[in-house]
Amino acid sequence: MKNTLKNIFHSPRFVVGFIIFVALLLTMIFYPIFNPGDPLERIGVGTFAKPGTYFSMYDATSAKTETFRLADAEENRINALLTGDARTRMIDWMSRHGDDVAGLDPADTGALMEAWGRYYEDVRLSGMTNADRVYFRRLNNSIVNSATAEELLVMEEDPETGDYAQKGTISLTDYVNTKDVANVKTLPLGTDNFGRDTLRELVSAAGVSLRVGLIAGIVATLIGLSLGLLAGYLGGVADDIIMFITNIFTVIPSFVLLILISYSISQEARGASLVAVVIGFTGWTWTCRSVRSQVISLRNRDHVNLSKLSGHSMVRIVLTDILPYIASYVVMAFILQVSAGILSEAQLSMLGLGPKTTETPTLGLMMNWAMLYSAHTNGSWWAYFPVILTITLISFSLNLMNTGLDQVFNPTLRD
Amino acid sequence: MSEKARKDYTKGPSCLKGIGLTRSFGIGDKKMFAVDHVDFDFHEGEFVSIVGESGSGKTTLSKMLLGLLNPTEGEILFQNKPRDISSHAKKREYWKSMQAIFQDPFASYNVFHKIDSVLLDCINMRGGQNLSKQEKFDMMTEACSFVNLKFAELTNKYPFELSGGQMQRLMIARIFLLKPKILLADEPTSMVDACSRATILDMLLQLRDEVGMTIIFITHDIGLAYYISDTVYIMEHGKFVEYGKADEVILNPKAAYTKRLISDVPKIHEEWDLSTVELTSEL
Ligand SMILES: Nc1ncnc2c1ncn2[C@@H]1O[C@H](COP(=O)(O)OP(=O)(O)OP(=O)(O)O)[C@@H](O)[C@H]1O
Ligand SMILES: [Mg+2]
Repeated sequence: MKNTLKNIFHSPRFVVGFIIFVALLLTMIFYPIFNPGDPLERIGVGTFAKPGTYFSMYDATSAKTETFRLADAEENRINALLTGDARTRMIDWMSRHGDDVAGLDPADTGALMEAWGRYYEDVRLSGMTNADRVYFRRLNNSIVNSATAEELLVMEEDPETGDYAQKGTISLTDYVNTKDVANVKTLPLGTDNFGRDTLRELVSAAGVSLRVGLIAGIVATLIGLSLGLLAGYLGGVADDIIMFITNIFTVIPSFVLLILISYSISQEARGASLVAVVIGFTGWTWTCRSVRSQVISLRNRDHVNLSKLSGHSMVRIVLTDILPYIASYVVMAFILQVSAGILSEAQLSMLGLGPKTTETPTLGLMMNWAMLYSAHTNGSWWAYFPVILTITLISFSLNLMNTGLDQVFNPTLRD
Repeated sequence: MSEKARKDYTKGPSCLKGIGLTRSFGIGDKKMFAVDHVDFDFHEGEFVSIVGESGSGKTTLSKMLLGLLNPTEGEILFQNKPRDISSHAKKREYWKSMQAIFQDPFASYNVFHKIDSVLLDCINMRGGQNLSKQEKFDMMTEACSFVNLKFAELTNKYPFELSGGQMQRLMIARIFLLKPKILLADEPTSMVDACSRATILDMLLQLRDEVGMTIIFITHDIGLAYYISDTVYIMEHGKFVEYGKADEVILNPKAAYTKRLISDVPKIHEEWDLSTVELTSEL
């Protein structure tokens, strides 16, 4: 036993899978301690805020300021204004305008600004629409503004008279230490379509999905194992009946069955655990089949015969003379069932047949939401890519552990 | 094995009888008869040897006799009554009188259990659950001593820590604890050295004299069968081609198959004929 454990932890694949899995597990346990709160709380009003650190602009106006004269401040300001697309369009405009822009590097902000300042005029060039003309006028205005701006006024409205009174000014050289701003929020994965903290939601969803996978795996393994043991050991009529049932479940694709069962349970009753049980209930057949075939090859072994001759009961023989021999196999099958359970939940939820949406997030639901709010078309990668990555990592680590175990338990596979 | 006062066990009451016993494997073109309509009658206390080449169906026959394999056809009479092992309780009863030593000692152990459990099971089966630890230990030590094993050296070991011969002898030790009415021994000493083998077989014969145990001894070795059995059954391709008293069958064989088996035995008293051996290959 000890030896087996040692062997398992000498298998590089198992160890890598195990480390990834434990790391994920630790994140699920400890992250909520650092970032407590309801994972479904809507902190943002808009949808899909970008990942990054946010600080309250209101608080920043009253925070202590320092004055820095930074050489690249203006260039940075213009850089932030000019996206890559705007730069190529500017060069395009100038070449249409008949200016010499050969050798002008779009990334060179200084040269670009210099050329633009020299050539730009508010005209409609041939081949340009009116909308294009408006676009360039606006672009030029914001460039000119940012270059000539002096300072911003902060005004306060008098609630009674409706008059504005100057509260302060913000100059171009004013800087605020983020530590002095009362409210700063870092959202490493931004917010999702409902304005929820995506990372907090993701960590919670991964936990729920893992629980769904575990329950589904336990249910599938228990059903498959017991039926497989019975069919294999008893043989005869019992075997025929059990295999008949198994074949029915195999012939009907389990996913179709899953959809039908999930559909028939009302949205209200569909908690994560129930969905997990349903997934487990449709996924046990291959565990049953393979356990059965292993038991059939074991049941005529002489150690089983000897146990029979010693007068042991069937239950005892199955539990002590057969189960230990297939235990390693059952563990591997269980790991695969967990992984399959997580994927099944994701698939079901993508179809909108997953757990009800108001209580807990799951990885599948997050995918579903991201898809419904077309995160993939509007470039909000943070709403779906980390979810896909998490699902992939979980099943990758589980499968890695499984192949590692396989190598340890099936010496013929060892290289 | 002294010749003194050998009681004639071949005349005793019948304890196991087979009529047209058959077992086939496979279906259609692949159907083959491992045991093909055999008849036999074993008596109480008789030492019966079943001799045959590999694949002749000896193990298949023994599994049927033990009730571990269902016959395709035929009938087994146990103590002159049709054998009834239809329920678990009846099987238990049957196995109290019928025990076996299996052919492959490596496959006979549950690798997850210490070897003590094999012997403890035997003590429990004979109603010894309530004996003290020391009494159990003494019984196991005694049983092991019959087969040249020191139990104190083996206790708390796992099967894979034993040699093939030790495993085989431990399986025989079970029999000294169980003292069954019928023993089915499938090549029980194939991995045991010649010296221990003689002692062990002697001990089994003593047990036979003590409790009237019938021994069904399965072997390839017709010479050994001749020395120790009362009756010999010769098996070829699932059929008994010849049977009778050991002396009669082996000293005066009738079937061609028996003659061949006998001629294949190297004779210790004859000079080895080396003239036909070519030595060139040695160079
Ligand atoms: N479970 C089985 N399925 C199919 N064929 C079998 C099975 N068991 C035995 N046989 C076949 O039955 C024949 C007799 O086998 P058996 O094991 O009885 O031989 P044996 O006389 O004990 O040989 P050995 O001396 O090598 O042990 C063999 O040809 C074997 O291939
Ligand atoms: Mg055999």
